Amino acid sequence: MAKIRGSIVVDIDKCKGCEVCRVSCPTGTIAMAKEVNHKGYFYAYPANPDLCIGCANCAMVCPDGVITVYKTKI
Amino acid sequence: MAEATGIKEIIKPENLVYKKTKIMTDNVLSYCPGCGHGTTHRILAEIIDEEGLQSQTIGICPVGCSVLLYNFLDIDWQEAAHGRAPALATAVKRLLPDRFVFTYQGDGDLAAIGTAETIHACNRGENILIIFINNGIYGMTGGQMAPTTLPGMKSSTSPYGRDVKLMGNPLKMTDIVATLPGTYYVTRQSVHTPANVRKTKKAMKKAVQYQKLNKGTCFVEIVSNCPSNWKMTPVESNKWMEENMLPYYPLGDLKVPAEETTQKTINPEKND
Ligand SMILES: Cc1ncc(C[n+]2csc(CCOP(=O)(O)OP(=O)(O)O)c2C)c(N)n1
Ligand code: SF4
Ligand code: SF4
Ligand code: SF4
Ligand SMILES: [Mg+2]
Repeated sequence: MAKIRGSIVVDIDKCKGCEVCRVSCPTGTIAMAKEVNHKGYFYAYPANPDLCIGCANCAMVCPDGVITVYKTKI
Repeated sequence: MAEATGIKEIIKPENLVYKKTKIMTDNVLSYCPGCGHGTTHRILAEIIDEEGLQSQTIGICPVGCSVLLYNFLDIDWQEAAHGRAPALATAVKRLLPDRFVFTYQGDGDLAAIGTAETIHACNRGENILIIFINNGIYGMTGGQMAPTTLPGMKSSTSPYGRDVKLMGNPLKMTDIVATLPGTYYVTRQSVHTPANVRKTKKAMKKAVQYQKLNKGTCFVEIVSNCPSNWKMTPVESNKWMEENMLPYYPLGDLKVPAEETTQKTINPEKND
């Protein structure tokens, strides 16, 4: 059966580490990095990329518009 | 290993479902982490893009945290003195009636120093869209009490919480302008969850489309957060907003065009 698979790309340099995306993700794909970006923020990244369903919830709520979302059927 | 290839296969132009609109410039937003100003900008930018209005839009910037808004959306702008955006928008729209003209204002700007301009523009029914970011505080200047600050809410000028006996009641500007004959569509929304972002986009898109009808002022309030001055993390601030701001400022349409109401009665299943 075809499975929906998604993937996100976070513009790490522009992420402000607010975590709003993390709490809005229904699948637990996103976590905050243990290291900071050049602005000093613990940036968001797809820690569990296999779980992403490409629903774009994270991108909807990102105040800085730094998330790009892809989705396909595999 | 297999998964890594899988992801490469997903990240392809034909699989793109969401990308920041090009109406948003590449400038880094000047807002604190998690601030609803950025989310609201993006929604507005997407609508301007989807409606093909980039070259016909003139925005009026406020004074407040969003004073630098002209750096973030690639459209034409004017900068108003504090609270005077609806007056400037009136002039711009009357001089260039074929343009889409909107103001973007905080609660200090719109509901304190600019109360008169707001009420009179709405009462005259100027053909402009007013976007009102209500975070219950003067964000830019360090978190002073605004007319919209909730009863009991702490701010730098109400450190023990707003005492309504001493400091007056919060002002519900959106409820007031909904009663004025000049307003055509009045709604209150928020941008703190994916579902609310989607609803806000629908509502704001309607407001933008209504502007083409020349039927009066559209007014969209966004109940928003100010994590920095509320002294909370962004996630905490959104939760606090939901539990405290939304009961006082309930979300939904306050005034819908009469035409829509008739349509809704004919097609009740289309209501959501
Ligand atoms: C004439 C004038 N009076 C006062 C100020 C100081 N001032 C700058 S921003 C602001 C309040 C902004 O609050 P709000 O409109 O709620 O915007 P926010 O920063 O919360 O988004 C004030 C009082 C000013 N710049 N000009
Ligand atoms: S697209 Fe949906 S599932 Fe994927 S990371 Fe974003 S919120 Fe989570
Ligand atoms: S919502 Fe955006 S800015 Fe905030 S942590 Fe997620 S990616 Fe970063
Ligand atoms: S001070 Fe408040 S309103 Fe201003 S950018 Fe920071 S969080 Fe947003
Ligand atoms: Mg404010």
